Amino acid sequence: MTELTSTTSSRRRILAPPASESTARHEIAVQINGEAIEAEVESRLLLTDFLRERLGLTGTHVGCEQGSCGACTVLLDDVPIRSCLLLAPQIDGRSIRTVEGLAERDGTPNKMQQAFCDHHGLQCGFCTPGLLITLTSLAEREVPVTLDELDHHLDSSICRCTGYMNIRNAARYALGLMPPRVEDRSGERDGP
Amino acid sequence: MSEESPGYVGRSVPRVEDERLVRGAGRFVADLHVADAADVAFLRSTQAHALISRLDTSRARSMPGVIAVYEAADVVDQITPLVAAELRVPPGLAELGPINKVQPVPILANPEVTYVGQPVAMVVAESRYLAEDAVELIEIDYDELPAVVDLELAVAPDAPLVLIDEQDNVGVHIRHGKGDAARAIANAAVVVADTFSTQRHVCAPLETRGILAEQDPFSGALTVWSSTQTPHRLRDHIAESIDVLADDVRVQAVDVGGGFGQKGTVVVEELLVPYAARHLGRPVRWIADRYENLTADAHAREQVHHITVAADADGKLVAVQDRFLVNLGARNMTGLVVPYNALCHLVGPYQVDNVDIEATGVLTNTTFTSPYRGAGRPEATFAMERALDLLAIEIGMEPSELRRRNLIGPEQMPYRTGMLDRRGLPQEYDSGDYPELLSRAVDMIDLPSVRKRQSSPPAGGRVIGVGFAMYIEMTGSGPFEGARVEVTRSGRVRLYTGASSQGQGHRTTFAQILADSFGVDMADIDVVAGDTSRIPDGIGTVASRALVTAGNATRQAGHLLRQRVLDAAADVMESNPADLELNKGIISVVGSPTKSITLAELIRAVPHAPGGTGSDGLSETSYFRPPNYATASGAHAVVVEVEPLTGRVSVVDYVVVHEAGRIVNPRIADAQIVGGVAQGIGGILCEHIVYDPSGQPLTSTFADYAMPLASMIPDIRLDEIVCPSPTNPLGVKGLGEGGAVGPPAAIANAVEDALRRMAGADVTIRTGPLSPSRVLGLLAASPSLN
Repeated sequence: MTELTSTTSSRRRILAPPASESTARHEIAVQINGEAIEAEVESRLLLTDFLRERLGLTGTHVGCEQGSCGACTVLLDDVPIRSCLLLAPQIDGRSIRTVEGLAERDGTPNKMQQAFCDHHGLQCGFCTPGLLITLTSLAEREVPVTLDELDHHLDSSICRCTGYMNIRNAARYALGLMPPRVEDRSGERDGP
Repeated sequence: MSEESPGYVGRSVPRVEDERLVRGAGRFVADLHVADAADVAFLRSTQAHALISRLDTSRARSMPGVIAVYEAADVVDQITPLVAAELRVPPGLAELGPINKVQPVPILANPEVTYVGQPVAMVVAESRYLAEDAVELIEIDYDELPAVVDLELAVAPDAPLVLIDEQDNVGVHIRHGKGDAARAIANAAVVVADTFSTQRHVCAPLETRGILAEQDPFSGALTVWSSTQTPHRLRDHIAESIDVLADDVRVQAVDVGGGFGQKGTVVVEELLVPYAARHLGRPVRWIADRYENLTADAHAREQVHHITVAADADGKLVAVQDRFLVNLGARNMTGLVVPYNALCHLVGPYQVDNVDIEATGVLTNTTFTSPYRGAGRPEATFAMERALDLLAIEIGMEPSELRRRNLIGPEQMPYRTGMLDRRGLPQEYDSGDYPELLSRAVDMIDLPSVRKRQSSPPAGGRVIGVGFAMYIEMTGSGPFEGARVEVTRSGRVRLYTGASSQGQGHRTTFAQILADSFGVDMADIDVVAGDTSRIPDGIGTVASRALVTAGNATRQAGHLLRQRVLDAAADVMESNPADLELNKGIISVVGSPTKSITLAELIRAVPHAPGGTGSDGLSETSYFRPPNYATASGAHAVVVEVEPLTGRVSVVDYVVVHEAGRIVNPRIADAQIVGGVAQGIGGILCEHIVYDPSGQPLTSTFADYAMPLASMIPDIRLDEIVCPSPTNPLGVKGLGEGGAVGPPAAIANAVEDALRRMAGADVTIRTGPLSPSRVLGLLAASPSLN
């Protein structure tokens, strides 16, 4: 792959399609995490692969490429979507936000990210970016979120490690739905 | 808990892993960007059993963007067929006369293919897209052979052969017991005999298997980044099979997105990729897609148990007899691991004098199988605990009371079962209090109140049921794990171990242990797990073993390093080691804290110390070999709701009381239990790898293979007791798998309890998953409802 110099002010390294790729090329202009990016992409390039392989934004994970697991969820114009079910040319002119774009302006983790850390809401961390995207979009909307809605949204992602309980607790806390109702075992616990 | 300050062990220290992962800054194999890396796609068999009659890769080889295509003929003399390390039989078990066939796995199949998904050709191309295009250009024809999928049919006298060069379809066989089960059963007051099966599962970690290999152009050495659970084993397999020195293969397990056993089994793809990287002189990577993960990577759990339990009139067990089959898939990959684990855990926490268990590992034309979280224990526990419920019904006794009457007591610890353990040595449970586990579980689920609710008409038509399951788990299997600790140039302390993490939080828990045993703040410790260049030997994170083995090795290494630091500081400070203390990374003279030196100052001073010890630095390596298993245990209790109209089962209350020795990090430990329970709930309610009779897999996406979702998992309530293990200085036991062992049995018991309230005594749950349609089927088949 060769390097393509971006025409924008971005200093991001953007990789071009492999020379032998036979599908048609498209020039797309997109906003990724607030950064204007122009790139040449082939017709069949999945949005996940555009983000991960061409832009180096590997925080968006690929769990199934079948639209089922939710690990690749990103915000497309502020709406959570499965990035494995879209092609890169389809996002021309749109804006994308990935897990790399969730932190606050000063670089500190956002409230949902922090709640995941505080409530042990992740183990391997592979599904985490997709869940953080989905739950952050809930947290950022103006209409209050109900518990039922939260449960509905949690079912959009598969987590194989945690059993969801700590994710649910983290989300409830960050959404202000309840105090941190974790059985507080943060203190000493010793044997007989 | 620990004898040293500052006492990190036992506290819910926040995980050091999390911040980079929540920022999307983790680095899983697929996230690594190695310049010029080529991508791989496989042509896999579409037939369950066939001979390849024609294979033409010429069009693929000449396609633009294709770098290489390998088929069997290209690699047969280059890569040794795969023989898993797990196929060893310990001497004690060899005396039982087991069958354990060594069946090397061809690197690429030809002419015989033995399951759908078996690798036939490997394409290396400029991108995965192009590699998949090229796979489409490969022409292949098959002559079909008879295939066998069902494991009972596979051992029938007229069964077709799964592998045409074998004599039969048995890969593993072992029989073991004590007393005289047949006689005890013949004379028993109550006997229950039935068949209980666990359906086929797949571990399905959210990150699929991945491997990236690069040959160093200067040294020729291979660097391999992998999602493996067993980096040192993978290193040795690669070195042996492609004939390079183990010193010239560096395997690094980077961030790994779950494993659960699937990534603990080495597969041929993991040998082909490093071979190609070397052959082509170019980095090569393979990231399995989900289709490959569900159809062509290790499956698990499929077992059929024909079990008989016998008791006296008071419900005291007198005998357990079990003949069970384990579906190995198309080859014996892991030998006795799962069959014997199931065998030696089946009777579990109960005292039974007469036992006779026969395990047969059966070959079928399906994907090979591996251990999956629990590795035979959930399957065995399902059979035993279901049988106990039927026995309780037969006697007319509360199932929890039947269990109580048969538990081994704490006063009997350490308890010798009279059987042989997985190592072939006398099986001994080191510590535990099973009656206390059960008693607490009965209290927490509030059994009397559940029974009372059951006696009134169901609310909204939903019927509730309650179920229990108990199990033991012999954890911390050896033979060893190691820890190397060193003071770095910057004065930090670094720990290297072979026990890498797939999400368990080893960087936190091992740092807690080292901080205590060495004497620094956790913040000054870095844990590097799963880099074979940093510690020469290791095994990995499987079988609930990491904390027991690597944890204790870390503690030992910390103590040794502490002494070495004090000796070196004594040289540099010209004082006596006995007069020095190490606290928070500062070495000072006892009583005069102003006379001190930091670790950073020390490591820089050591080479200049006059008449030093001759040692080159401040590091120590320690291996811990556990003398026995550390036996953890648990009692699960669950209340379910069944909707008779839809067959839907909801878990409304789930209680776990577990015992796993001393707990290093309670929050991490609790989360391991909860995660295991969720997998068990998925296993009994929705997960099922389905093959059609011709051997075609029907569950190749997450739309077909139903994984448990958040709405299926209630807030699980936990309690624990602590019986420190005498088998290791930390007093710990493994608990990674335990949570997954109980749910299938406990939930099946609860659902049957509910169904019997509607349909009378003729509903028996013999297998999962308890999907709505299956539950409706059970009700429809009940004569009393028709």
